[in-house]
Amino acid sequence: MLVEVIIEFVQTLAVALGAPLLVGFVRKMKARLQGRRGAPVVQPYRDLRKWLAKDVVLSENTSWIFRFTPYLLVATMLLSALIVPVLTTHTPLGFMGNIIVLMYLFLLGTFFLALAGLDAGSAFGGMGSSRAMAIAALAEPTVMIAIFAIALRAGTTRLDHIIVHYSADGLLVLNPGHLLAFVAFFIVALAETGRLPVDNPATHLELTMIHEAMVLEYSGRYLALIEWAAAMKLFLFLTLLANLFFPWGVAPSLAPAALVVALVVLVAKLSVLATGVALLETALAKLRLFRVPELLSGSFLMALLAVVSFFFVA
Amino acid sequence: MVDLNELVHNLSTAPLDLTAIAVQSPREVRVDVPLPQIPGLADYLREHFRARPELIWAEDTRAVHDDFTLRYIFELEGADAFVTASAAVPASAPTFPSLATRWYLASRFEREIHDLFGLVPADHPDLRGLPRHQFWPVDYHPLRKDADPPATFEDSGTPFPFRYVEGEGIYEITVGPVHAGIIEPGHFRFSVEGETIINLESRLYFVHKGIEKLFETMPYSMGVQLAERISGDSSVAHAMAFCQAMESLAGAAIPPRAAYLRVVWLELERLYNHIADVGAICTDTGFALANAHALRLREDLLRLHARLVGHRLLRGTLAVGGVACDLTDDQIADLRTTVAAVLSDFNEVVEIARNNGLLLDRLHGTGRLTEATARELQIVGLAARASGINADTRRDHPFAAYENLPLRVPVFTEGDVWARWAARVEEAQVSYDLILRAVEGLPYGKIAEPVAELPEGAGAFGLVEGWRGPIWHWVVAGKHNSLARVKIKDPSFANWPGLHYAILKNIVPDFPLVNKSFNLSYAGNDL
Repeated sequence: MLVEVIIEFVQTLAVALGAPLLVGFVRKMKARLQGRRGAPVVQPYRDLRKWLAKDVVLSENTSWIFRFTPYLLVATMLLSALIVPVLTTHTPLGFMGNIIVLMYLFLLGTFFLALAGLDAGSAFGGMGSSRAMAIAALAEPTVMIAIFAIALRAGTTRLDHIIVHYSADGLLVLNPGHLLAFVAFFIVALAETGRLPVDNPATHLELTMIHEAMVLEYSGRYLALIEWAAAMKLFLFLTLLANLFFPWGVAPSLAPAALVVALVVLVAKLSVLATGVALLETALAKLRLFRVPELLSGSFLMALLAVVSFFFVA
Repeated sequence: MVDLNELVHNLSTAPLDLTAIAVQSPREVRVDVPLPQIPGLADYLREHFRARPELIWAEDTRAVHDDFTLRYIFELEGADAFVTASAAVPASAPTFPSLATRWYLASRFEREIHDLFGLVPADHPDLRGLPRHQFWPVDYHPLRKDADPPATFEDSGTPFPFRYVEGEGIYEITVGPVHAGIIEPGHFRFSVEGETIINLESRLYFVHKGIEKLFETMPYSMGVQLAERISGDSSVAHAMAFCQAMESLAGAAIPPRAAYLRVVWLELERLYNHIADVGAICTDTGFALANAHALRLREDLLRLHARLVGHRLLRGTLAVGGVACDLTDDQIADLRTTVAAVLSDFNEVVEIARNNGLLLDRLHGTGRLTEATARELQIVGLAARASGINADTRRDHPFAAYENLPLRVPVFTEGDVWARWAARVEEAQVSYDLILRAVEGLPYGKIAEPVAELPEGAGAFGLVEGWRGPIWHWVVAGKHNSLARVKIKDPSFANWPGLHYAILKNIVPDFPLVNKSFNLSYAGNDL
């Protein structure tokens, strides 16, 4: 039991510490693809250190929600890291949290962030919150349906069991339902983590922002927490994509050798996915805001087809 | 075509009590008009020549004849001809008839005159302050010669009277004057219904520097340097307009080699700005790839400028009477190879952008400015050509060596962001072509002629097609090599209101894109 707790701790630590590196890697890849040299991959850590050292500026109009939200965001992300099988399927808390709990942990953060955006009373915060809620409302059904598509075939909603089930399936990537669910989930992951073509994490234009507009009023350690939580969200979404849809390499036991292999495989899978995100963000422009529902309904349709295909193919 | 002598004859027989009608230059007729006859003259010119006032300004001439002088430059449609009308406004009764209900642009010039000179346009429908902010005392008119700046400028506490839109579900978004990016200050107030913009008002003039007043305080030899600093991205164009006005005052002609070199400098300025804007419009849609390359190409050009003339933004290239920098044969070879390489890469970037469906979807149909609106607002330059108005000063009122370098003027009818983007792409090609032809046909000889003493009290204008559009400078010579009055019109002054109309019925997140497609100057507007 003690070993399992330690492993669990290590796994959470991997998410917490690896997340800024992942963000730095995506930024570096984007810069290279644009022909720029780009900032070092460790730049997000430096930013976090800088913000942690800075004073917090709080608007007089804010309430406790504004101060509470950064902590809540980090807490939900760390909790999610306990549930998601990052390195091993032996997650002691796996019995407590299935994939549905996980999605609503993410949504709890989104909900409070939207409240915090409204809290300061600036025009941009309200704009960001309204857009973020519209997108969350459109993305949520897709997430659920895509998850049901995988859960149906595995016969369980427990993440560790799904991974164990799929690891045994050699023809997994040839299953059309599986691929449809992957694409649907990937599009939703882009929307949920504020990437192109839905939101632009690199923009300076206040009027076009979604996630950035909600956090515009944050500074100092609060900003550090929010950016850290956003990085962990990206890490967790990409890990879910990597481990749920391509489950090979996740350690089936707690043997040290298996864990090392799992770590190496995870790094490789995340690198591929992060490069994919960087490639997309280089090749794509941002969608007109009113076109975003079309994209998300497209991904919803794919998720639905994935469920339907279960009854024909699986 | 309009025959100026015939025009003079027509004007003298018109029942308008005009005096001192004279042909000033091959393209300009001057008249003195009695104050009450200003609307009559404007209507006469509009009716017979489809003329419109492009520049209206006042001069404090009380030291000479106890009156203020009001001047109008009318551009005659489809002809290389201007009518400059002057009217005396008595200092004892400082009001004048307004043209505000005839031309919107005139209403803005009159607000400017009202703020800066304290002359009141009678029956003007909207006399809200334009350059005057709430920090200026109401009776402080800085361009009067006897204006005494108050010791401290204090906020009067009165908010600016914006138009207020009411209705169910309508709310206001206020943006600026301080923005998240490194851009100039401007305040924008959107009235929106959800994300759809139903009204936009802007408040500019946060960077009023008193440039027109500054010209009056320095010897005219420093005028070129000041003109170069009016709007950083139009250094050459502003300096050239100033030089042309001065040369016209002195009756001087510039050497042929200088005329060709002026074309080179002006087109290089246009090229680097157009390339940067083509990339910047892309980056506002999130397509940063094009921008990364456009910025690199802009940098290549700026370094070329530094090699050619010693200044990245081409400052110090012009002088009254000619140009200040010559090109050696080696430099011309460098110019040719660098510009050719930049343009070939630029074409590749444009090709990549044109093949991006998502990008095109963002550009097409966004921020549409119709030709009718553009004509009513007297939109000029690049934005006008993107809205179907076929006008280019380089072709219509040739200056420097443009008479010998006929050029193609690309005109687009869509009026949307795409049209303004595509117009820049096309104009970059034209500029490249012009640069090559100008260095090809570069005559040998002197690059500057000394300029005679300026006749005191006389005035003249210079008109140049900068990369945004026509730039006007009106210069009046004063005593002892000083300048008595300089009036500047940057195309941004005419085009800012165009943005208010182009953005209607668009959504809030598209505003930065539409704004960037105009890319107007705050500094050039907020003189």
